[in-house]
Amino acid sequence: MEQSNIALYLWIVLAPLIGAVIAGLFGRQIGRAGAHWVTIIGVSVSTLLSAIVFKQIVMDGGPVFDGTVYTWGKVGELEMVIGFLIDRLSATMMLVVSFVSLMVHIYTIGYMHDDPGYQRFFSYISLFTFSMLMLVMSNNFLQLFFGWEAVGVVSYLLIGFWYTRESAIYANLKAFLVNRVGDFGFLLGIAAVLLYFGTLDYSEVFGAAPMLTDQTMNVWFDADWSVLTVICILLFVGAMGKSAQFPLHVWLPDSMEGPTPISALIHAATMVTAGIFMVARMSPLFEFSETARSVVLVIGAVTAFFMGLLGLVQNDIKRVVAYSTLSQLGYMTVALGASAYAAAIFHLGTHAFFKALLFLAAGSVIIALHHQQDMRKMGGLRKYMPITWITCLVGSIALIGFPGFSGFYSKDAIIEAVHASEIPGSGFAYVCVLSGVFVTALYSFRLYFMVFHGKERMDEETRSHLHETPAVVTVPLILLAIPSVVIGWFYVGPMLFGDHFGDSIFVLPENDVLGELGKTYHGVIGFTAHGFMAWPFLLAMGGVITAWFLYMARPELPAQIAKRFALAYEILMRKYGFDEFNDIFFAGGARGIGGLLWRIGDATLIDGIMVNGTARLIGWCSSVIRHMQSGYLFHYAFAMIIGLLILIGLFVTFAGLS
Amino acid sequence: MIPLSHFLILGALMFCISMAGIFINRKNVIILLMAIELMLLSVNLNFIAFSYYLGDLQGQVFVFFILTVAAAEAAIGLAILVVLFRNRQTINVADLDNLKG
Repeated sequence: MEQSNIALYLWIVLAPLIGAVIAGLFGRQIGRAGAHWVTIIGVSVSTLLSAIVFKQIVMDGGPVFDGTVYTWGKVGELEMVIGFLIDRLSATMMLVVSFVSLMVHIYTIGYMHDDPGYQRFFSYISLFTFSMLMLVMSNNFLQLFFGWEAVGVVSYLLIGFWYTRESAIYANLKAFLVNRVGDFGFLLGIAAVLLYFGTLDYSEVFGAAPMLTDQTMNVWFDADWSVLTVICILLFVGAMGKSAQFPLHVWLPDSMEGPTPISALIHAATMVTAGIFMVARMSPLFEFSETARSVVLVIGAVTAFFMGLLGLVQNDIKRVVAYSTLSQLGYMTVALGASAYAAAIFHLGTHAFFKALLFLAAGSVIIALHHQQDMRKMGGLRKYMPITWITCLVGSIALIGFPGFSGFYSKDAIIEAVHASEIPGSGFAYVCVLSGVFVTALYSFRLYFMVFHGKERMDEETRSHLHETPAVVTVPLILLAIPSVVIGWFYVGPMLFGDHFGDSIFVLPENDVLGELGKTYHGVIGFTAHGFMAWPFLLAMGGVITAWFLYMARPELPAQIAKRFALAYEILMRKYGFDEFNDIFFAGGARGIGGLLWRIGDATLIDGIMVNGTARLIGWCSSVIRHMQSGYLFHYAFAMIIGLLILIGLFVTFAGLS
Repeated sequence: MIPLSHFLILGALMFCISMAGIFINRKNVIILLMAIELMLLSVNLNFIAFSYYLGDLQGQVFVFFILTVAAAEAAIGLAILVVLFRNRQTINVADLDNLKG
């Protein structure tokens, strides 16, 4: 049983890796069809086996697997291993990741149809699936870090997939650098874990965590910090980078330079949720540090609300969805801060489906319009692309949290959890997430109305060629629309209030907001019905109606509003000035320091003083000494005699002494 | 009996005169060669004085060697001087500054 399980888990991660290697190294030999077949088969195997694992562990309540597969390094007491921890949390993540990945693989056949880098692309996304699975299945910090970095690298490669575009290169470099900031914190966190726990194994660390609650460390002069708080905040800095939380969010909107399937898979559904998953996985640590959770809560709330606002002014269809992703990630982070880890993972799962759906729908629109991404040049697409229209509508409704759709259950649970939470900052967070609902509805339906309804603003040439995209594009849309609708209905009970996650998520009794909510939970029907009367629903409807009014009934109004509130509009258009700030302060500062070091350190000190200075000193000395070289014989003879006299003098003086 | 010290002082004086001849002379290379000869003779004088006072003939034998070498040296030096004059039309020491850096 044990042995066959390890084989099963190994196949889950190795199948996509094999596909990636074959498609990447032998892409030319196997051709385009070969490349997509080999990778799709690999990911299908993964999806199928993940489903089996999900059934074994979650549905049948099978035993948790926590074991080492291979030890690849040993330094003193420290063992570096590859191991799997397959519990209810990772089984859920594995299924979500592999399923969305499979959909994206299929969709890519249509999206990348004419691209010269077809094989390369399939190789990358399969490699990504492998890395992401390694990350979620890991049972130790080191492997987590491996997966963490590996998905970062693949993300870098894919954002810059069209490497001849200047903007793509800029975006992938930016993503990489911003992630480096987060990863630095993450690495420090792991180092702190190793320092204080002496091990990198999850179960040992979590087991020892309660013993460390009172221990403090000296961080800064005389300030004593709780060890767990420091560790948790450092780990969360990593999550901030990967999950694009304020203020490390700047890379995510730019990452839309990559092909759309990538935006769906990596920058909406899976990789960016790695931070959320990691914090949920570390719940036994975060539970013991209220300070850290408070930080998480506030950062998440800021991201959820303020990043949503930015979505209102964007005109690039993918960027709107990107800011929406940022905002939804903020919601998940808020849930983590409020100790509602299950709600965060639940939202992660539902969001993965409907946001992948929205991205792929946006991609479908982009293909139909021949890679036109500006919403001002769309409109009225409903007639031409019925399947894309319906699925996008489903995705949008799910996103705004209309009762009955998946987004409703997860988002409502988060809002309620924040409401029930009592840790510092929860009042602020509650206001943010509640007003975020209105904003979400507004930008989602702004996009929807601008693209699918209203005047047809594309040019005549494009309009005459408009038609629904091929089946490889629409089938994934439909397959993703189904879970976007129903998954909430089925999983709200067990995930939030039942024991879906079992022991894999740990919540202290006094922080158990979801347990508190569960007391008033009487089945999914009651929860849904209650949703129709609650504030979030009204706010969402308000958002939809506002969007309809502004972009359908009175399309001239938005421009007037923008003119009236020019300052606010300018701030939003400039994305609060983060890009400028980073460019000037960090990039400019780094360049300034670099220039300073170059001029003072390198040019002046090393080149000027050390290297050329030595030569110049010698030159100067010899130019002085050269005057003694008169060329006259008697001068030389005189010097010789003087030298001889000195030598004799020394000899006479010191010979007597010895 | 003339004491040893007189010989030594005479030798030293001759040595100093020849040294001064080398330094102070700025005109003629021939005087330089003569000064060198005088220097060798002053050394010879020391050798002979010590040889006589110590009753050891080795010093006087050595003087013969030196005289021989000095004669050879003078011959070579004068030959070089002739070639030098042929090349530069001067034997003025102050003009010979080819080694100037």
